[in-house]
Amino acid sequence: MAEHSQHVASARLYWLIWLILTVATFLTAWIATVDLGPFNTVVALVIATCKASLVVLIFMNVKYTSEKMTKAILLSALFWLILLLVLSLTDYSSRYAG
Amino acid sequence: MSDSPLVAEHAHEERPELRHHFADVEQQRNAASLGMWWFLGTEIMFFGGMLCAYLIYRRWYFPEFAASSKSLNLTIGTLNTAVLICSSLTVAMSVRAAQLGKRKLQVPLLLATIFFGLVFLGVKGIEWTDKYEEHHIPGMGFDALSGKKGDLREFPGNQQLLALDQVKNDPVKLRAREAEIQQHSQVFFSLYFALTGMHAIHMIVGVGIFTVITWMAWKGRFTPEYHTPLEIAGLYWHFVDIVWIYLFPLLYLIDRRPGT
Repeated sequence: MAEHSQHVASARLYWLIWLILTVATFLTAWIATVDLGPFNTVVALVIATCKASLVVLIFMNVKYTSEKMTKAILLSALFWLILLLVLSLTDYSSRYAG
Repeated sequence: MSDSPLVAEHAHEERPELRHHFADVEQQRNAASLGMWWFLGTEIMFFGGMLCAYLIYRRWYFPEFAASSKSLNLTIGTLNTAVLICSSLTVAMSVRAAQLGKRKLQVPLLLATIFFGLVFLGVKGIEWTDKYEEHHIPGMGFDALSGKKGDLREFPGNQQLLALDQVKNDPVKLRAREAEIQQHSQVFFSLYFALTGMHAIHMIVGVGIFTVITWMAWKGRFTPEYHTPLEIAGLYWHFVDIVWIYLFPLLYLIDRRPGT
């Protein structure tokens, strides 16, 4: 592996990501006050996931890394998290009768 | 990478930061980065457990959770999220400055990161003070029904619970429902303080780490070839930022619709 294999992102890209994240923050706060019925929570979580993905891919450099193990660890951690949340929530929300 | 022990030894002589058990700087960097990613994987599970508890109770006690959520200060929460995003930008920029060998740029960017982190914690302190004054800190003094600022009966979710026909005309049922609101709101605030508290502890640790990193940058330790401590400290900081990116909508934005 070459020594200078690290990817250097442009400053403009970082500023752009910062702008998107900031706008998305105010957007999610505003759109929560609009009545979307049951979709308010969905929209809030979609926006949060988009923001988190940008941070992971660009700021944390996952998009450009040559290390496949990084991606493997990230995906397996997310897999376990989803397993925890989905199985627990389907269980609890289907058997609580109160 | 070289198989020859002689070449490897030569590399060690030239690079004081290279530990003897690594073949070259690249391998050392990858190992350190991998270790941090593993740690973040365990952190996902750590916060995931609390998040899971929160989501289950939120489903069970939705009206009370919606009312409690609405009592949080949305303006302050939004601005604090923006502050944290600024700190992630300065971290990313400081890593970039190290990659490009811009030594003089690193320290101000790192100091800005610490500044934003402290602003976030200070604002959090102001929010927690509000909760204290409203009697919304779980425990003996908790009171979701206290007359002044902290009365959660005023909020939409709870109003619906109290306005049900079989409840509002029957004082016994009304009192039972109020006791339930009291209890379920306390569950919300227990989870609120557990989640934001653990997040704040991570922020405090982050500020501590970045104080050391800033000192190392000040000493000129980070070069385009070697800036691993800065890089993996940055990974940690971004992770803590991501935790907040989820906590903000989950805790503050349960139900902000007008008139519901």
